[in-house]
Amino acid sequence: MSKKVTLSREFIKGLWDQNPVFKQVLGMCPTLAVTVSAENGIAMALATTFVLVFSSVIISMIRKLIPTQVRIASYILIIATFVTIVDLVMKAKFPELSQSLGPFIPLIVVNCLILGRQEAFSSKNGVLRSVMDSLGMGTGFLITLFILGGIREIFGSGTLLGITVMPSFYEPWVVMILPAGAFLVLGLLMGFANVYIERKKRLERIDYLSRLKSIEPVTSGQEAA
Amino acid sequence: MNLIIKMLVTLSIIGILSGGLLSQIASWAAPHIAHHRAEATKEAIFTVQPKAKNYIKIESAEIEAYKVVDADSNSIGYALVYEGSGFQGKIRLMVGLNDDLKTVNGLSILEQVETPGLGTKIVEDASNKEDSFWFPNQFKDAEYDPELVSVKGAEASKPNEIQAITGATISSKAVVLILNEGIEKLREMKNGGTL
Repeated sequence: MSKKVTLSREFIKGLWDQNPVFKQVLGMCPTLAVTVSAENGIAMALATTFVLVFSSVIISMIRKLIPTQVRIASYILIIATFVTIVDLVMKAKFPELSQSLGPFIPLIVVNCLILGRQEAFSSKNGVLRSVMDSLGMGTGFLITLFILGGIREIFGSGTLLGITVMPSFYEPWVVMILPAGAFLVLGLLMGFANVYIERKKRLERIDYLSRLKSIEPVTSGQEAA
Repeated sequence: MNLIIKMLVTLSIIGILSGGLLSQIASWAAPHIAHHRAEATKEAIFTVQPKAKNYIKIESAEIEAYKVVDADSNSIGYALVYEGSGFQGKIRLMVGLNDDLKTVNGLSILEQVETPGLGTKIVEDASNKEDSFWFPNQFKDAEYDPELVSVKGAEASKPNEIQAITGATISSKAVVLILNEGIEKLREMKNGGTL
């Protein structure tokens, strides 16, 4: 039973505690470049998750066979294989999506989120655990890219997932779908995330200190600053 | 020494496996991709030559051009694919022309990377509620005589004038310039007998 709990933890940690964008600040290039609309964000995150999960499976399976000196080269080969598969399948089955994501699909190869998870997790853990980790990271990435793409689409084009949400007199803010808009929205979101984390931490510390006080009131004085 | 062999073997095996897998998938995807390309070309040709029923690629031409015929196999002109520089990257477009290479029947922008919300109005201008495709539609029935010119501010009054988009003058001008260059090239080829 205890193992089951930890497995779901591997998944859940990717959603917030180790969110790839807000907490690890990984995979910034696709995050900034493709989030002009919510749909693009979702497609990019799904493609990344696919590559992440399948590379994790392979790498955690053969992790003991790869000599450490060539592990990064091997990971990149495996990752590149899956990225090319995604690229070809997209071109064959979803030509419009493939055109709007353009060169950013092949660039998943060098997305540090994927290599980072392989190096930090899959190379040290079993298959099941690695899959849970990748799915969690992928979902975290998906949620973040959807929020970012959604905000930019609503303000930049007045639509969400192609459906008009803003009143007709609303003049779209063009800057939101330009690269500058990506930095603005990401910066603000990260700022809010940090404010939230700081507040939570402070509350926890106050809670901890007050508990400490009730046992030993003298030591808490230094922490006041 | 042992380690070097192990490293070589590991990378070779991974390389061979991934190469094999990819060639399988590529051979599955190739016909699908070719089909989508052909579909896109077909759609563009029918946009720029509204009366078109069929088309043949002109193999002798050094640029991508199609001979377009109507339902009774009478020639109604050409469809030309041409590209040139836009504001920040390549603009690739298709233009439909009459047999005399003078009257433009339609224009379709195939690829562009113009500034979103400004230069992209050459494809579709959402701020114009009545006719968001007013810019490409202007080319319908425009006369290439002596050449197309873009006008700023004022409405186009002559058959060879194209009104530039406010806030996207460079992109509008680029489209006109690419068209002029392409049509000129097609004319040269026609005079040279390679069409």
